[in-house]
Amino acid sequence: MSHKDSLKHTIIVALLLCVVCSVLVSGAAVVLKPLQTENKEYARNRDVLVAAGLYDPAKHDKSYVEDTFKAFSVKLVDLQTGSYLTAEEEQQLGIDPATYDQRRAAKDPALSERVPPKEDIAVIKRQAKYAMVYVLEKDGRIDRVVLPVHGYGLWSTLYGFLAVEGDGDTILGLTFYEHGETPGLGGEVDNPKWKAQWSGKSIYLPDHQVGITVTKGGAADLSDPYEVDGLSGATLTSVGVDHLVKYWMGENGFSRYLAKLQAGGV
Amino acid sequence: MARQSFKEVLLDPIFNNNPIALQILGICSALAVTTNLKTTVVMGIAVTVVTALSSFFISLIRNQIPTNIRIIVQMTIIASLVIVVDQCLQAFAYEISKQLSVFVGLIITNCIVMGRAEAFAMKNPPVASFIDGIGNGLGYAVVLLAVGFVRELLGSGSLFGFEVLSTVANGGWYVPNGLLLLPPSAFFLIGLFIWGLRSWKKSQVEEAEYKLAPQTKSSEAV
Repeated sequence: MSHKDSLKHTIIVALLLCVVCSVLVSGAAVVLKPLQTENKEYARNRDVLVAAGLYDPAKHDKSYVEDTFKAFSVKLVDLQTGSYLTAEEEQQLGIDPATYDQRRAAKDPALSERVPPKEDIAVIKRQAKYAMVYVLEKDGRIDRVVLPVHGYGLWSTLYGFLAVEGDGDTILGLTFYEHGETPGLGGEVDNPKWKAQWSGKSIYLPDHQVGITVTKGGAADLSDPYEVDGLSGATLTSVGVDHLVKYWMGENGFSRYLAKLQAGGV
Repeated sequence: MARQSFKEVLLDPIFNNNPIALQILGICSALAVTTNLKTTVVMGIAVTVVTALSSFFISLIRNQIPTNIRIIVQMTIIASLVIVVDQCLQAFAYEISKQLSVFVGLIITNCIVMGRAEAFAMKNPPVASFIDGIGNGLGYAVVLLAVGFVRELLGSGSLFGFEVLSTVANGGWYVPNGLLLLPPSAFFLIGLFIWGLRSWKKSQVEEAEYKLAPQTKSSEAV
């Protein structure tokens, strides 16, 4: 047996290699962490602005995003009551709007609830009790709010933002920042032309039932304020979008919050 | 094996000994990341960097690596490098790293990286191994770019995100071929690429492993 195959040598090489590699990997992770967090935050802020109809990739750059996003205040809404959490409640729950991660909260038993299967039309299984909202105020009035929504499409969970005007009823825009739908078919939820349809539609019928519907592709009456045309060739993705919007605008979602907004006080 | 010059080591894998076309390695990621050229370029660079550096480091310690744990040692080095590359992408090219998602991590399992480590770096000095890694990475990237070019052009009517053929969805005339955005199309394209390459360089055509025997005649059966 040659020297390099001896037991002692094998163990030494393995140990040294592990030490060197782990230092390299953890070093890279630690050094690059601040940049990565910054990127993530920037991407999220930009997506909020996209949904709110305030961002055009051809015209706007990074500093615009940072400046515009500053005007938004990030708040937490108790979905049960539809009002904002007070600073005290936040402290009690140990959450902070600046660092709150709604996706993680949805897995935390203390901060989330199981959605009864019958009501779970968006197929999300568990839902956080508190949702983040991005509020833009202008001249002392709420100008627009951006609400996080998600639900299952054909292959994947679609994550996005729905922006609503200060009246709590008129949609400004819907945009998805993460999904794995079929490119060219369901993936067309990213198509600006399709997304433009949402702008100006109404969510609630006069009795505050959710009225907004995604119809089968090509069948929508575009003058109807409650109808959005589905994607042709992507029926299941369209149904998924329909369900997730209905779910998040409904009783389990932002219905109470938006009702308060509509009435003029949150 | 006769010693090759650096130039041969670098250029051979691009057409003469292409890792995808001749050795049929690394197909998985070639299907997944070639729907548009931006991700294709980044993936090509990432694989090239990982292959070159892992070959370099493995070759550097090749005389110390105990034979019976050599695969684990190679994997550890490759995996560490891939994680570092992934972290760098997340820090400096966030949008693209989001699109590539798991496929950066899956470079670890890309047979090209491991194949070069085992076949070349274990027997050759570091600098030659480094160049061999770059050559093979480029060989991989060339095929990916060819596939990505066709897929993005015909599948979305654009190149690097810029519209070349104006699509019907944007009011133009071109109806994009959705099949090209799905993984099976990459199989067809890689198949065509290999066919083209082997028609050009006949020496790459493999000998048939077996020949069908002639049909038995009924008189022989008795």
